[in-house]
Amino acid sequence: MAEMTIEKPRRRRVRMSLGDRIFDAVNYTLLCLLMVVTLYPFLNTLAVSFNDATDSLRGGIYLWPRKWTLENYKFVFEEATIFQATLTSVLRTVIGTVLTVFCSAMVAYTISRPEYVLRKFVTIAFILTMYINGGLIPTYLLIRDLGLIGSFWVYIWPGLIGVFNLIIIRSFIENLPDNILESAKIDGAGEFRTFFSIVLPLCTPVLATVALFTGVWQWNSWFDVFLYNSSYEHLSTLQYELQKILQFSNASTRSVDFTAAGAQQGLSQVTPYAIRATMTIVASVPIIMVYPFLQKYFVKGMMVGGVKE
Amino acid sequence: MDNNNVLTGVSVAAEKKPRGLKRFFKLLYQQRALVLMSVPFVIWLFIFRYLPIWGWTIGFQNFKPAKSFWEQEWVGFYHFEFLFGDERFLRVLRNTLVMSTINLVLGFVTAITLALLLNEVRHLVFKRVVQTVSYLPHFLSWVVAAGIIRVTLAPDGIINELLMRLHLIDEELLFLGIGEWFWGIYGASIVWKDVGWNTIVYLAAITMIDPTLYEAAEIDGAGRFRKIWHITLPGIRPVITVLLIMNIGYLLESGFEPQYLLGNGMNMDYSENLDIFVLKYGINQFNYSLSVAASIFKTVVSFILLFAANNLAKRMGETRLY
Repeated sequence: MAEMTIEKPRRRRVRMSLGDRIFDAVNYTLLCLLMVVTLYPFLNTLAVSFNDATDSLRGGIYLWPRKWTLENYKFVFEEATIFQATLTSVLRTVIGTVLTVFCSAMVAYTISRPEYVLRKFVTIAFILTMYINGGLIPTYLLIRDLGLIGSFWVYIWPGLIGVFNLIIIRSFIENLPDNILESAKIDGAGEFRTFFSIVLPLCTPVLATVALFTGVWQWNSWFDVFLYNSSYEHLSTLQYELQKILQFSNASTRSVDFTAAGAQQGLSQVTPYAIRATMTIVASVPIIMVYPFLQKYFVKGMMVGGVKE
Repeated sequence: MDNNNVLTGVSVAAEKKPRGLKRFFKLLYQQRALVLMSVPFVIWLFIFRYLPIWGWTIGFQNFKPAKSFWEQEWVGFYHFEFLFGDERFLRVLRNTLVMSTINLVLGFVTAITLALLLNEVRHLVFKRVVQTVSYLPHFLSWVVAAGIIRVTLAPDGIINELLMRLHLIDEELLFLGIGEWFWGIYGASIVWKDVGWNTIVYLAAITMIDPTLYEAAEIDGAGRFRKIWHITLPGIRPVITVLLIMNIGYLLESGFEPQYLLGNGMNMDYSENLDIFVLKYGINQFNYSLSVAASIFKTVVSFILLFAANNLAKRMGETRLY
């Protein structure tokens, strides 16, 4: 394999040895296989969600629907619980992301100021929480005692600031040219002005990263709903509704559901199998629409967070 | 510290420098804007992150939710002793360790391999497409991922269908119903979900390798594999080392969602880990004390591991977590 390629440095792409070609062929095949394995289950779910529900039970749907229909989506969106859950998911994602980004940036700004007297104290107080935490039950009891059970804000307050976000924003601010912040101070701008009109706009790339991470985390959360608000239906979220449906029909996909579906719906125009597929799509599409556009931001953010020089 | 007079815009250079506490409060007052921007969040931190630690006392009591703190019955290390004699707890501990080791080893090997493969792709559009696609499962929730995995592994799912068509099996397998297979399924699932995502750090490290090294190697007649082995891998070794060390710190954190969402009565003996144990005893059976004892154990061990890992990384002169 390790045949040498004698090539002039200036004309690199022309000559490839046999070994190189075999390597490339194997490599491209492997990567294509990876893409298939990654995408297939998802595309299959997509196909099932657009296929007639009773027809799907016959099996044999792979990448393309056999009998096109929008009934599944219609059913999902007309179902009051699911509509309400979608609304709550959107709300917690939007409110949670805005608040987290803003508050994290503010704290990160203060601990990036070398002259700040409480810098060490604040930094250590936050970082210690990476090592130590109260655990499930004590946290649950605290949330209960704070009266947050049955409240929308239980989705926002407990996870307001994450240490990882704090670290990547702080690193970003520290790498900004010093004189920008200094000249602002010399011009008489107070800390708040500096923060709002200079730091925040300059930090857009890292804040986009944090917003993506937070948004994804908020949108995908289901455990806090299960733990704190499982008996408050109006506060349910899309992911939790999906989780309940998945738990309900555990091991099998089509066969067993058929009778259940028939009994439940009478008409059996929709089946749990089809609803699951449809909700899976609804629950993941917003994220799939967003993340490719933020790719260059989060790749950079991960680099700062992962390998801090 | 002296130059902060300039920065805070207050000139006290002519005054005599105050010392100690007085100086501290003076600075605090001068920097009140910064204080206002951070202290409310420190208070938030103390309420939501530090106050629950007080709840550890529950692990040393026979906790009854109806009673006040002063009326609780103290039992010392009774619950801890119970845990270590409990067969179920020991099984849960085994599952946790096995699965986090799988996570660690498999996660590293696959991510590094994928990063190396991607690095060899010269067609940039293709490379970008593979990368974007490989990030996808990371952004899906575990609820969605577990749903997809369950459909794929179901008796009438695509894996069974493929195996049947290839005549490798005679009848459908109930993958998630066979306890012994759970660890393998868990490993495959986490690789499926995060392998692409985990390459980011390695690819970033690869771009920092001096390109002249490759050119020199080419002139010396090194082929693809040699370059990978002698330049790329040593080039990313510091990153691998630090991530490996840091991950050892998370040895008791094998995750919660994949095990919980893919677990069922049939594979329980292999899927239940510490977090699920804590949840089941605490929330489902209201045995708060036992549940808290288990999570204290977990936190203390994690704390020691993380601390040791971070120090080890520091001593080896590698980059640290922060």
